[in-house]
Amino acid sequence: MTSARTPLLCMRGMSKSFGAVRANQDVDLVLYAGDVLGLLGENGAGKTTLMNMLFGTYAPDSGAIEIEGRPVTISSSADALALGVGMVHQHFHLVPRLTVLDNLMIGRPGNRGRLDRSGARQKLEEIGDRFGLRLDPDEPVSALAIGEQQRLEIVKALFRDARMLILDEPTAVLTPQEADFLFDALRAMAGDGLGIIFISHKLYEVKAITNRAMIMRRGKVTATVDDIGSVSERELGELMCGHEIVPPQKAPSEPGKVLLRLKEVTTAPGAEASGGAPLREVSLEVRAGEVLGIAGVSGNGQLEVAELIAGVRRQTAGELNVTGEIVIYPSPRAIQDLRVGRIPEDRLGTGLISSLPMADSMILPRVHAAPFSRYGVLDRARIQDFVEGQVERFDIKCAAIDVRTGTLSGGNLQKVLLARELAFDPLVVLAAQPTRGLDVGAAQFVHERFLEVRAAGGAILLISEDLEELFLLSDRIAVMYEGRVMDTLAIEEATVRRVGMLMAGASSEDAA
Amino acid sequence: MTEILGEILQVGFFAAILRIATPLILATIGEMFTERGGVLNLGIEGIMLLGSMAGFSAAYFSGSLWLGILAAMAVGALAALLMGFLTVTLGLSQHVSGIGTTLLCTGLAFFLYRLIFGQPSVPPNVEAFQAVPLPLVSKIPVLGPMLFNHFALVYLALLLVPAAAFVLYHTPWGLSLRAVGENPRAADGAGVSVAKMRYQALVLSGMLMGAAGAYLSMAQFNAFTFGVISGRGWVCIALVVFGQWSPWKCLAGALLFGFVDALQLRLQASGVIDIPYQFFLMLPFVLTIVAMGAVSRSATPPAALLVPFRKEER
Repeated sequence: MTSARTPLLCMRGMSKSFGAVRANQDVDLVLYAGDVLGLLGENGAGKTTLMNMLFGTYAPDSGAIEIEGRPVTISSSADALALGVGMVHQHFHLVPRLTVLDNLMIGRPGNRGRLDRSGARQKLEEIGDRFGLRLDPDEPVSALAIGEQQRLEIVKALFRDARMLILDEPTAVLTPQEADFLFDALRAMAGDGLGIIFISHKLYEVKAITNRAMIMRRGKVTATVDDIGSVSERELGELMCGHEIVPPQKAPSEPGKVLLRLKEVTTAPGAEASGGAPLREVSLEVRAGEVLGIAGVSGNGQLEVAELIAGVRRQTAGELNVTGEIVIYPSPRAIQDLRVGRIPEDRLGTGLISSLPMADSMILPRVHAAPFSRYGVLDRARIQDFVEGQVERFDIKCAAIDVRTGTLSGGNLQKVLLARELAFDPLVVLAAQPTRGLDVGAAQFVHERFLEVRAAGGAILLISEDLEELFLLSDRIAVMYEGRVMDTLAIEEATVRRVGMLMAGASSEDAA
Repeated sequence: MTEILGEILQVGFFAAILRIATPLILATIGEMFTERGGVLNLGIEGIMLLGSMAGFSAAYFSGSLWLGILAAMAVGALAALLMGFLTVTLGLSQHVSGIGTTLLCTGLAFFLYRLIFGQPSVPPNVEAFQAVPLPLVSKIPVLGPMLFNHFALVYLALLLVPAAAFVLYHTPWGLSLRAVGENPRAADGAGVSVAKMRYQALVLSGMLMGAAGAYLSMAQFNAFTFGVISGRGWVCIALVVFGQWSPWKCLAGALLFGFVDALQLRLQASGVIDIPYQFFLMLPFVLTIVAMGAVSRSATPPAALLVPFRKEER
């Protein structure tokens, strides 16, 4: 990357505030043709804000953008697209009911007032040939797998002749194999002279795909790495968090008796059309002092498993056994009374109530019983004691214990949930995506608490889409695909490749 | 039974179906466009009434029926702009805004009519549109008088359907509109202005609704009365669902309604069945409910219907 060349993109002194929050302060970014630039930082570091300014979603408070040496003003996504900036968002911007081809043509001028479908078809084929990104033009987007939808997002940018492509955490939704496929395509694009900005907080990916990296923390650029080969993953991680990372130590497992067992459980298809897969003869077992990880691409039945055990969904066949008791009519309270703690996937949706004071959120599932109420009347003094104790124990940062729950940050919300669910020595902990959206420090805090529960003889069912997390904490990993458990691997025999193949639906023989 | 069939199997009956269906086709296609863009325009009933009044008044004073139609379309467009300001710019509830628009337009129509014409003992009228037999084809026996001897607006309404289908499925504007109604964020990301599309669709719908109203006071009848719309706007809302947001199916719905309405008129006039006439009047509306019940389960509305879009959300 010779600096004599004109950079494809040059952002200087970019600043943006939201109220009192300074999301970006004086950020500089330079991107050359053929670059894969890693943009690394924890949640809330300002990566997405910076990219949204480049894409015209947010207007910067100050700063200048140059594209190929020419100063530009980008005030809408249309401007950005016209200047050759393409963006693949974390949440896809696709229209499910339209075909692949029609999705590509949205916002494109027609040919003498008509949609130019044949021209688009041809161009789609060319892009497929050049970068190996193939898609069936006539398939409705709703029928595409997640990986294919992401491919379409990339193709959409290329279709508009993008010369730079921003990918915001692109691998979060992919199996390891799909991620490899994506990386191949990105390399082909960089080889073709495109500039790529790769946003992530996964260090090994940044190491694997980028040639340069820029690290952001609290809205500022804290470091730039011009040769990614010169730093280790660990060094990158420390640059990102601003302090040393010591991974939690896991003691060897000493599994005790079975605390949670699903035997050939089948559930009815949910009424909701939003993905999800009904369970089909799912058998699982979690023992005392053990963490069972559940891997799988989102929507393959993990949520159903969590809801079944939480008592909000019922099986149509099979047996649910919690701490030795067969649960015939599961209800959230019955399950809770069996000492099951639940950390749901959707913190503010199913976990906590945004508009309630934090203290009330923390005691909600137990308001009906001692020590929080007596004879149907809340015992405010005891509640306050309990909450204040938990705030201290779990290091929850809040102005007062009665602040509105919804005002807390993601990490603190998760701590409130942990403080609530781990307070009464649960035998079983059910955790779904417990560290999604948390920064490294908060995620590590969560991991340490889980390992404490495990050491104390609790059983943990950990549902996660983050393979790193699963491999770090699990004693065994069960992989789900389309509502079935494909295989359960002991951690010693589990590899990313093997788990990845099972996640994609390969049989356990093929994946071995 | 044979008597009833005798009433039905007449050329005049089939012609009546088309005549009755025409305002419904116009307004239903208009409503379909806004809903495809994600806005439910419940102002339809009021906009039709106001259009009917404005069109009639303009025609009455200018002596030109077509000027009346243009005036109705312009007034409809204005009312739709108000709807756009409330639901698109301010992002208010589409239900409440739509009902508000209907109430406002209804009140305005009555008020302005009184202001212009006072309370005459004989309501003023205009020389209504005359049927325009199309050369050659109107001479075809049976089919000619059924299909090719109508008001010009009837032909235009029928032409509107393939035109709407073409625009919706084969032009960039139509694709953008559908994208805006399904996933506005995706459309925005592709450089389509969601607000602009929604305003345009609303204005188009307002024009068609205004024309539909004017048809009633200048073609179907020759005077404006306060009951001239009498729920036809609401029927169009139902027809869009019945038509599953597709132009051709919307046409089918409008024709079905026209058929039942024409039938009940015949039955009323013939006195074949001796029941109070109010039951006949009910018939097309009852049918609307039944047809809706049968079809609407399988109908999936545009995903972003009723959802306001805000660009910078954080």
